[in-house]
Amino acid sequence: MDQVASLREAYGKTLLELGKENPDIVVLDADLCRSTMTYHFSGEFPDRAFDCGIAEQNMVGIAAGLAASGKVPFASTFAVFVPGRCFDQIRMSIAQPGLNVKLVSTHGGITVGEDGTSHQSIEDLALACALPGFTVIVPADAIETAQAVRFAASNYGPFYIRLCRPALPLIYDDNYRFELGKAVVLRQGTDATISAIGVMVTAALEAADNLKREGIDCRVLNMSTLKPVDEAAIVKAAMDTGAIVTAEEHLENGGLGSIVARVVARNHPVPLDFVAIKDTYAISGKPAQLLERYGLTSRDIERAVHGVIKKKSGSLLF
Amino acid sequence: MEDVGDKLKVNARTKALSVTEMESMAKKLRRHIVTMIGKAGSGHPGGSLSAVEIVTTLYFRVLRHNPQDPQWPDRDRFILSKGHAAPVLYATLAECGYIPVDELSTLRQLNSRLQGHTDSTLTPGIEMSAGSLGQGLSFSLGVAIAARLNSQQHTVYVLLGDGECDEGQVWEAAMAAAHFKLDNLVAIVDRNQQQIDGWTCDVMELEPFSNKWQSFGWHVIEVDGHDFAQLIEAFERAKSVKGQPAVIIAHTTKGKGVSFMENNPDFHGKAPNAEQVELALKELQ
Repeated sequence: MDQVASLREAYGKTLLELGKENPDIVVLDADLCRSTMTYHFSGEFPDRAFDCGIAEQNMVGIAAGLAASGKVPFASTFAVFVPGRCFDQIRMSIAQPGLNVKLVSTHGGITVGEDGTSHQSIEDLALACALPGFTVIVPADAIETAQAVRFAASNYGPFYIRLCRPALPLIYDDNYRFELGKAVVLRQGTDATISAIGVMVTAALEAADNLKREGIDCRVLNMSTLKPVDEAAIVKAAMDTGAIVTAEEHLENGGLGSIVARVVARNHPVPLDFVAIKDTYAISGKPAQLLERYGLTSRDIERAVHGVIKKKSGSLLF
Repeated sequence: MEDVGDKLKVNARTKALSVTEMESMAKKLRRHIVTMIGKAGSGHPGGSLSAVEIVTTLYFRVLRHNPQDPQWPDRDRFILSKGHAAPVLYATLAECGYIPVDELSTLRQLNSRLQGHTDSTLTPGIEMSAGSLGQGLSFSLGVAIAARLNSQQHTVYVLLGDGECDEGQVWEAAMAAAHFKLDNLVAIVDRNQQQIDGWTCDVMELEPFSNKWQSFGWHVIEVDGHDFAQLIEAFERAKSVKGQPAVIIAHTTKGKGVSFMENNPDFHGKAPNAEQVELALKELQ
């Protein structure tokens, strides 16, 4: 996993390709097209790119109107602003009528780093997953990003795709085929399952490798589609491995952990633990420092795996 | 090859009414509004009654539309941003033939297509789901931009409430409409001077209202929003504006046509009881 690649750049370049294939694709920004990397598209198709200025609520409404008229709008900004700042606009103008708007936000999570709390989106997945009819995807690398964006472009309905700021190690190669609502088994294992999204997929793989050396055999799932979630893969993991740890760069409330817990509780209760940001905001710092401080490293995952395995084997004791 | 002009004529099926006919239509719509809200036992009579002449002029004089083909791609669009005025639009859609007139009595009831606030997924002829204020102008920008991208000739009309203009998003959209030079967009503000908590000037001062729109880059037209001749002329002028969007500030009276509802903020969001419905219908003969 030496090679790293930018998810945002994959997004921008995929938009450019899609723009050539489909004249109905239009792109909206809110004064951040160089950060979201949609400028790849706007440079080639200036007539189909609309910078709405620093006015995200208006951008979301314009996107809804374009979609109602048959266009396929991709609207992008930072994840704190969409969905956070525009939740009601997304709810009323896009989700309720189920319009074909693609919201692709960048700079999700705390790996935004030095910009600090105001720019670290740690609630966006809870907000997006709460919207009836929305599809929510958190790609784990640049290759998955390109394919998820391509999938969103050709499938009707509202999408939220969350990307992070830093470039991430490539997990997939060009043979990968993104399937909506399908968890990808990155490692087979029988002792416990680590279910991860986004930035945390790499950490999950590292944790699995380290645990393997201790003789603990972990299954690793990339749960990139948060909604609709792959319930079958979660239930199978619970049945096959008897313990699950989730890992996400998001608050513990309302993200991957909550979703997995719901599916497990309803179908096949097993010990669970959640590697996520506890009920707090983060601070400025380098991404790696912040991941460490808020408990989002491979070591945190390993600790959690030890914990759930202990509960599993000592089930009479707790 | 089918001639586009012919297609437009064929599809613009609703007969244009004379001013006299519109006056009687307005009364009929007011009767529908009062009756349906009275039957529902809840709703917003004031802001529907103030917009009757605006909506009547649009549907029976200005819009190219076809009730038999609500999705006709080249139809003029009417977007109701003040979604609580749904009754005036439902009544109008019924009189145009989009929905049966009988259906108006189902307003706000379980399983009705006529939701408390507009729902584009349920009601033929409704372009946008609304109810949370301040969002319709942005939506209309998207619709107008799409028309321009498609080289379509239709016009996008959007009706806002004046209280709604407290919302910051309205001004984000106002700025953007001028920036994008959307001359296929016409906004109408139902300037009835009232919102839930009272007079707009007491709750949140909007004046100098016309100057605000002007300074945001709009062509501003002010009219008496209950005068058909003025409204017809205003729509003609608005459509002829090039290079910028136009806004018609229509001065109206909240609750217009029913004496005890006029300028009475109680009837912003309160239904008349059976006795009040009867009184109102008498006034609206």
